[in-house]
Amino acid sequence: MKVYDVVIIGGGPAGLAAAVSAYDSGAESVLILERDDVLGGILNQCIHNGFGLTRFKESMTGPEYADRFIKEVRKRNIEVKLKTTVLDLCEDKTVTAINEREGVFFVRGKAVILAMGCRERSRGALNVAGTRVAGVYSAGTAQKYVNVKGFLPGKNVVILGSGDIGLIMARRMTLEGAKVHAVCEIMPHSSGLKRNIVQCLNDFDIPLYLNHTITRIDGDARVTGVQISKVDQNKKPILGSEFYIPCDTVLFSVGLIPENELSKNAGVELSPKTKGAVVYQNRETSISGIFACGNVLQVHDLVDFVSEEAELAGKSASEYARRGDREKDCVNCIAKDKITYVLPQKIDKNQSGNVTLFFRANGVYKNCRVVVENDGQEVLSLKKRVVVPGEMERVILTEKIIKALNGDLTLKIVE
Amino acid sequence: MKKVNLTCIECPIGCDITVEIDGEKVLSVQGNACQRGKLYVSNEVVCPVRVLTTTVKTQNGKMLPVKSNKPIKKADIFVAMEKINGVVAKTPIKIGERVIADIFDGVDIIACADVE
Ligand SMILES: Cc1cc2nc3c(=O)[nH]c(=O)nc-3n(C[C@H](O)[C@H](O)[C@H](O)COP(=O)(O)OP(=O)(O)OC[C@H]3O[C@@H](n4cnc5c(N)ncnc54)[C@H](O)[C@@H]3O)c2cc1C
Ligand code: SF4
Repeated sequence: MKVYDVVIIGGGPAGLAAAVSAYDSGAESVLILERDDVLGGILNQCIHNGFGLTRFKESMTGPEYADRFIKEVRKRNIEVKLKTTVLDLCEDKTVTAINEREGVFFVRGKAVILAMGCRERSRGALNVAGTRVAGVYSAGTAQKYVNVKGFLPGKNVVILGSGDIGLIMARRMTLEGAKVHAVCEIMPHSSGLKRNIVQCLNDFDIPLYLNHTITRIDGDARVTGVQISKVDQNKKPILGSEFYIPCDTVLFSVGLIPENELSKNAGVELSPKTKGAVVYQNRETSISGIFACGNVLQVHDLVDFVSEEAELAGKSASEYARRGDREKDCVNCIAKDKITYVLPQKIDKNQSGNVTLFFRANGVYKNCRVVVENDGQEVLSLKKRVVVPGEMERVILTEKIIKALNGDLTLKIVE
Repeated sequence: MKKVNLTCIECPIGCDITVEIDGEKVLSVQGNACQRGKLYVSNEVVCPVRVLTTTVKTQNGKMLPVKSNKPIKKADIFVAMEKINGVVAKTPIKIGERVIADIFDGVDIIACADVE
């Protein structure tokens, strides 16, 4: 069996940046396994602009952002296997994969990086009444049809969920000649970025119904219409508030979940909050030598931060390939009041350098403080004008703080 | 004189900006966290513009992602879409290459990816 210093599963922005970074920090043999026939992952279908503002200080489209990293990979002696699906990963870091040329084959990584991205929540997770008819798609699937395959899946559209992918598809389908009749959001606020409400909905006079949901989908062979209802504070449909919109297409844009089947098979510990692996600050998982980064670890809003996280994982994996396992001195990072999750979940005090803690708030809080506590004492406090669940926040702990930690650390928001 | 409330779309922060205008003259801008926001609202109150991103067919059947290399007037967007959808791009084509020259007032439609 061929052994590589670093094997990377997934060739999206996370896998690409991890590969370049692993190579540049000394890994001699790096392999990327990607099931699609091109590198770049989800970015290939994200033809809209707004990528790269943090990293490159310019507004790029998804394919342009991917292209920068693909070219960096091609410049280096990094092996890429396309149209290759990873079927299994073992604790000993043996990877089972399949492609047309080699059939089923095995490779081992001294270190392995998980970079499989995420998938969309399905309609099943939502429980909408009605028959299973044609014309119901997830927003991401519709995006692939329009942008990669070049056909419009419908002419009269209703979108459920105001996540960014749904908003972006509302504009995209309108530009291609469809009529988007409504975007329904069960929450009192949109889960998408404000800029997408403005440039994707308001620009085209597409109505956004907050506190509304689809309560029935009609049609025999194909969707013929949907019933929409207002919901109360408990998200229960209000009887008598229904109205009907005839349409031939329904898109669901209801969030993403990390794609962790392989991680589970290997026995990697997953967090119930992020649905991704539990990691140390160097992005190593509970299995030594297996690392994770990008959307498979936590659902990122901005690809710029995916690249940043992947570079950290790449560097750590290459160090691991060179030096092997080292003893850890571990403290847990625990999310307390008003915080949904903190990542990394564990800090190894034996590792040098500062640690950036990423977290999400569980609501909108204005003029608040983010407080880090250890051993009953405040070790850090950061003022914030506003925090919102839709944006990942960060605090930096210096090496000095880390070395002085005594027991677990907690993070909370104080108003 | 009147006040207009706008949301800046130049970056994901999405500042809420208040602009005071007198006809087409901008008197004051408040709420923007950076200069890009000021430029955005100054354009927005007079003549809103957007960068257009879409796809074109290519000779080899694949779709090519494209964009306008400069923002175009919002009012011209559907006219631009019609022109772009009437074009089949020659392949091979490289990222940054022109697909349609001068679609409006010096704006080009350019490729956002390489296609063999
Ligand atoms: C529709 C949409 C719009 C977005 N808009 C923006 C935006 O405007 N600005 C911004 O900054 N960010 C945006 N993002 C976020 C950003 O694109 C993602 O965070 C980023 O692409 C995640 O990168 P990734 O490499 O982790 O995952 P992906 O891009 O999903 O890549 C994962 C790769 O792994 C491969 N893979 C998975 N399983 C296997 C397997 N078993 N074997 C082999 N290969 C496998 C997949 O084929 C895929 O290529 C958007 C995301 C989406 C989905
Ligand atoms: S004003 Fe600046 S910081 Fe605010 S949304 Fe616009 S570009 Fe972003």
